[in-house]
Amino acid sequence: MGTAALQLLVAGIGTGSIYALIALGFNVVFKSTGAMNFAQGEWVVMGGMISALLAGTFNSIAIACLIAVLAVAALGMLSERLVIFPLRRPNALLITLVSIGLAIFTRSLVMLLLGKKPVGYLGFSETTTLTLGGISVQTQTLWIVGLTLVFLAIMHVFFERTIMGKALRAAAADREAAAIVGIKVETTVLLSFGIAAFAGALAGAIITPLTLASYDQGAMFSFKGFSAAMLGGVGSLPGAVVGGLALGLLEAFGSFYISSNFKDAIAFAILLIILFARPSGLLGRADIVKV
Amino acid sequence: MAVTPPPIAFPASRPLPTETGNPAEPAVAPGRLSIATAPARPTGQWQLLLLWLLLLTIPFVAPNAYVVSLANVALINLVLIASLNLFMGFGGQISLGHAGFFGLGAYASGILNVKLGLSAWIGLPIGALVASSSALIIGIPALRLRGLYLSMATLGWNSILVVLFNRLVALTGGPNGLLGVQPFSFAGFRFDSQLLAFPLVWLASLVVMLAIRNLLRSRTGRALRAVATNELGADAVGINSFHTKLLFFVLTAGMAGVAGGLYVHINQYASPETFDISSSILLVVMVALGGSGTYWGPVIGALILTFVPQLLLGYEDAELMLFGLGMLIVLIVFPGGLARVPEALMRHFAKSKRP
Repeated sequence: MGTAALQLLVAGIGTGSIYALIALGFNVVFKSTGAMNFAQGEWVVMGGMISALLAGTFNSIAIACLIAVLAVAALGMLSERLVIFPLRRPNALLITLVSIGLAIFTRSLVMLLLGKKPVGYLGFSETTTLTLGGISVQTQTLWIVGLTLVFLAIMHVFFERTIMGKALRAAAADREAAAIVGIKVETTVLLSFGIAAFAGALAGAIITPLTLASYDQGAMFSFKGFSAAMLGGVGSLPGAVVGGLALGLLEAFGSFYISSNFKDAIAFAILLIILFARPSGLLGRADIVKV
Repeated sequence: MAVTPPPIAFPASRPLPTETGNPAEPAVAPGRLSIATAPARPTGQWQLLLLWLLLLTIPFVAPNAYVVSLANVALINLVLIASLNLFMGFGGQISLGHAGFFGLGAYASGILNVKLGLSAWIGLPIGALVASSSALIIGIPALRLRGLYLSMATLGWNSILVVLFNRLVALTGGPNGLLGVQPFSFAGFRFDSQLLAFPLVWLASLVVMLAIRNLLRSRTGRALRAVATNELGADAVGINSFHTKLLFFVLTAGMAGVAGGLYVHINQYASPETFDISSSILLVVMVALGGSGTYWGPVIGALILTFVPQLLLGYEDAELMLFGLGMLIVLIVFPGGLARVPEALMRHFAKSKRP
């Protein structure tokens, strides 16, 4: 493999990890409500912008990011209580629409409180680039991949080993049956919003040193996360990872080898072709009924 | 690369229970509309004709050309929202690419006019045909599947279109927009002001509203509602749900294409951001705010889409926040949309009268 291809591979995995985190958040909410959550991308932006704000106050970027991510997770849960919980007869479409309203509201709030200017901060390491095997790698990319892996491992343990994670899976599988065995289904929706906001904010906090964060990027992150989730197979956690990485690599290689002007068009075209050929996504279950 | 995804699999998806409580085919399966199960009966054509006769007075009572231009925008928005409502509200499908079809109609007709000098009267139907054909190509694979697939396919298609509008600079003018589009003209008479264009938009919106009304009363319209309520049930009684969905997808994309043709020749300009996914999502929101699956809902939606931004203009940066807040309040308090408010109020009072 040539150096260029190797370089693209690293870049693709870096962006792909970000997409994977966003897709994971998207999937968790989808599993608990059946809805597309358009506010997902706004949490990414919030994660980045609040981290940048705190980075000025605290001396350590790591502490700033940690506090920002926890704050956004709390905001995600607060949003659920304020706009999803009051719905008298929740259904997938209504929750999707409410999430659009939430996204618009959140975006304008971020703009008013944190400003219109793109913000950023230095990477987590002192040295910005390393040379590995003939290619230069940004240390922040390594942080992104590493932290994503750690987060995925924690999520795995959470869903497989903890009672809360199991309750969440049970409620996603069958709300009524879960309610019968004593699981508070409304609480699992709250929890899923917390996890989704956490994953989104984490993505925002670790990508901002590379791309800067600006209030108007949220919709783009939401669409990319939705696409990655669909590509991997909606509702599947490994699917989010595979879909995210696939989308990141598609963009990196597509923009280099075909045309950077048409980067998004190429990625979406290939995504549609894959979905038409494999409707349940790369790792999804074949539970979609073909008519 | 050592990225091994942890083997976490969520259990197979089961949708939320609903008030209708049919576990076999709940109306809330992802991407389906539960509120589409009880669409309001289309109202008589006399109300429609009366309302449009009243609209005819706008050019005479409007204080200035700006008000007429707003009326034109509102009627074009109505064509877009009413056609999306036909597919989404009555058909139970979520399309996130309606603005893309709008743009395809606008750019097809506009480019034919600018580059080949083709008349707007010929360009407009060609634009509608281009939008319809692209819907056919997207619809054939996407509508065979349920759930989020149509949403994903339309979102993807719209993204691709916006990139093409932006990047095929030689053809579309790129981010600066398509300039020099000629207005509608007839035997040397040019409909080149907002005032002169009003009758065209008025007529087109009337034809679309009448067409939608008649479609809903027809056999295929009833088939569409059956498909929206329960696809398996519709198939069981001999309706080809795939063909029905495809027919309405292609038809409503064509209506959006007509709106695009009107838009580009009246404004004599088109710019990519008018047709992006945010616009598509905004149209979906307007269908819901007006009343998804109601005949008059799109009229309310078009009024909101056209005039609420005008009302909020003074608030500058807070404009978007107020809009989002208003939208959340309407959705939480009136989840069926504003067109269902009288109906809901009547039911409420009827209930409270009972001993």
